[in-house]
Amino acid sequence: MVRLPWLARTAFNKIRTQAEQVGAFLLFLAEIAQQALRLPFRRHEIFRQIEFVGNQSLMIILLTGFATGAVFGLQIGGIFTIFRAEGIIGGATGIALSTELAPLVTGFLLAGRAGSAMTAEISTMVVNEQVDALEAMGISPIHYLVVPRVLASMFIMPFLCGLFMFAGIAGVWMIGRLLFNVDEGIFMDKLISMVQSTDIIKGLRKMFFFSFIISATSCRYGLNASKGAKGVGLATTNAVVHTLLLILVMDFMITWMEVRWLS
Amino acid sequence: MDGSPVAVMIYFQGVSKSFGRHRVLDELDLHIERGKITFIIGKSGEGKSVTIKHIMGLLKPDKGRIIVDGSDIAEFSRDEARSYRRHFGMLFQHAALFDSMTVLDNILFPLREHTMMSTKDMLVRADEVMEQTGVRQLRGQFPGELSTGEKKRVGLARALVAKPSVLLYDEPTTGMDPLISEMIDQLIVEVSQKETGITSIVISHDLKAAMATSDQIVFLYKGKAALSGPPDDFRQSQDPVIRQFFAGKVEGPMEFL
Ligand SMILES: Nc1ncnc2c1ncn2[C@@H]1O[C@H](COP(=O)(O)OP(=O)(O)O)[C@@H](O)[C@H]1O
Ligand SMILES: [Mg+2]
Repeated sequence: MVRLPWLARTAFNKIRTQAEQVGAFLLFLAEIAQQALRLPFRRHEIFRQIEFVGNQSLMIILLTGFATGAVFGLQIGGIFTIFRAEGIIGGATGIALSTELAPLVTGFLLAGRAGSAMTAEISTMVVNEQVDALEAMGISPIHYLVVPRVLASMFIMPFLCGLFMFAGIAGVWMIGRLLFNVDEGIFMDKLISMVQSTDIIKGLRKMFFFSFIISATSCRYGLNASKGAKGVGLATTNAVVHTLLLILVMDFMITWMEVRWLS
Repeated sequence: MDGSPVAVMIYFQGVSKSFGRHRVLDELDLHIERGKITFIIGKSGEGKSVTIKHIMGLLKPDKGRIIVDGSDIAEFSRDEARSYRRHFGMLFQHAALFDSMTVLDNILFPLREHTMMSTKDMLVRADEVMEQTGVRQLRGQFPGELSTGEKKRVGLARALVAKPSVLLYDEPTTGMDPLISEMIDQLIVEVSQKETGITSIVISHDLKAAMATSDQIVFLYKGKAALSGPPDDFRQSQDPVIRQFFAGKVEGPMEFL
């Protein structure tokens, strides 16, 4: 009984710190939105970031997409064969890929690859006082560093997610043909009739939101890096962990809203 | 001790600033004159960088006022603060050049960001400052390829290019070998003489350089200006703390961590 006030106080403080952090993060997001509307529009910087994210992640997205489609096809193919329904593995994998697997796995991959690179780059600039130099010149680091990365991500990441879907279909197609002898015509027929364009839109829409979370979180951890030698490493690890968590939370919320209201 | 009111450009009136429980500035009063070289000295961790961050409006005082050219800079909105900062040029301790840009692009950066100048005019201006700081032959190189002394020169060129009215140097010679230190001290004086009317503020713990190059010295100790005046005041001061700093001794009234 004596411990209760202490426990309550600790819990209260924990919750308060968390709430403060969430609040600060929301303010940060609001500032990104505000700065995004300001001139100059940094076209070159945006293109540079699009190229950077695209180049860096294209191969791994294609490979992982192919592997994901193949493994998923392998799993469900075994089950569908029991019911002589192996013809629909393309369609079934297609639905799983487009609504859930593609955005989630792409999101994770891009958080680990592009997001961590953003955190590392920006935190290095913090450690070397380059961000202070921007501030000292009267330039908003959010406008100069964050907005181009966020806009570039929201453009290129859904596109990469679309490629992931394609690669995944290629993967399951290979499995279907080689292992389950699915007829090519039936495979395509089922794929097209089962996968609705709304499924694809749902997946890309999810990825659009994930892109924002990945880039904004990564940049924020970069800007908040501490100035010591450990600053960069610590910021990068924390950024990736928190981005992954946020993606999962957001995935749940979006799916929940889709199920509740939009179907 | 007071200069004529017209000459005073920056005033600190009872400025206090704490980080958590740690009080860095404690009712600090100081004034900095226009067109002169002022050294702010003190041992490391004494709040020198915090002081210039206040001058630039990057930090706000908990208490007290900072008056620059007659206006209280704490009352600026964020946008006003950003345009206010454009009057400053700052040379960072490690130059803080942008790694992804060449020397020339680094120097052009403030012009590209803040002026409507034509590319040709920008290049002419960049050439001028590169000449002045002796870095013209480095224009195509990246910061990673430069020596420490070269980086500093480029940093100075970048600080000068937009014709600031105040130049701030954060520990320009700390960690430099004596030759480069000498060169940088000379540059500070040269710049101050050539760019007429420019106010130079140098943060340093190099008392020798301060005695040789400054018009005014502010000595920070325990969050206050323990002494502020021309170098002669320091030479003649009998304050034991200042004598100790002068002599570079560990024993004395000044506490070290
Ligand atoms: N943004 C900050 N947050 C917390 N503490 C700070 C911050 N900036 C400076 N300090 C503390 O204020 C003190 C003075 O720092 P500083 O002005 O950088 O010293 P110096 O005189 O060496 O330039 C130090 O103890 C430093 O840890
Ligand atoms: Mg300092």
